[in-house]
Amino acid sequence: MDSPAAVPGSSGTLRRRKAIILVVFCTILGAAAQILLKVGSRTVDTESLWTIAWSMALNVPLILGLSLYGLSTVLFIHALRNEQLSLLYPLISLTYIWVTFVSVALLGESLSFWKIAGVLVIVSGVALLGKDDSR
Amino acid sequence: MSATMNSILLVLLASFVGSFGAVLLKSGSMRVQGGAISMMLSPRILAGCCTYVLSSIFFILAIRQGELSFLYPMVALGYVWTMLWSKLVFGEPFTRNKFAGIGLILLGVALLNVGRQ
Repeated sequence: MDSPAAVPGSSGTLRRRKAIILVVFCTILGAAAQILLKVGSRTVDTESLWTIAWSMALNVPLILGLSLYGLSTVLFIHALRNEQLSLLYPLISLTYIWVTFVSVALLGESLSFWKIAGVLVIVSGVALLGKDDSR
Repeated sequence: MSATMNSILLVLLASFVGSFGAVLLKSGSMRVQGGAISMMLSPRILAGCCTYVLSSIFFILAIRQGELSFLYPMVALGYVWTMLWSKLVFGEPFTRNKFAGIGLILLGVALLNVGRQ
């Protein structure tokens, strides 16, 4: 990141802010991708490796889900170039909250005390991972 | 039951495979100098993407049965592997926060499983 020639007219704070907004957008794309994968996974035929490959390749929700996932990954890589992994990675954990919310709202999944507690503890754990105490 | 043991094991496998994808992407993104095209043609980025696709296939098989809201959060176990590779590959130090974060992730996954029945 320490390039000898500084980019003229760009401030570190602005770049950081843009990277953060981009990553939050990635988490929304990521959650949408998970829902599409779940919907598509129901019609995957696990009879043999051949049927798995075939039923995945022709599966519209899966293809859409993987495409969204790919897009969010590319955007995340782009954001990574401007900011440190340690700052951006915790934001990715927002995806867990969106996925839990949408699974219950759209897929009719159950919501229990243990599920909410588990997700919140995982989110706080992921957030803590990125909080670098060495600097 | 919110998920079978089979689904849980497949999610663990997906998170393990996926953690290598993170290492490849990080390694690739540090090397690439040019724009989006040269990034997409970088062997490490490509290998990282392929690793993610493989991990996704395991994950799709995992979520066929069982609840997404139970199985998806378990993907966070990938952070535990990633932390290990960050230390071994990039020499990133283990810090108190990282230990605490990994502890919380493991606790969270345990809490999810308490409510599995």
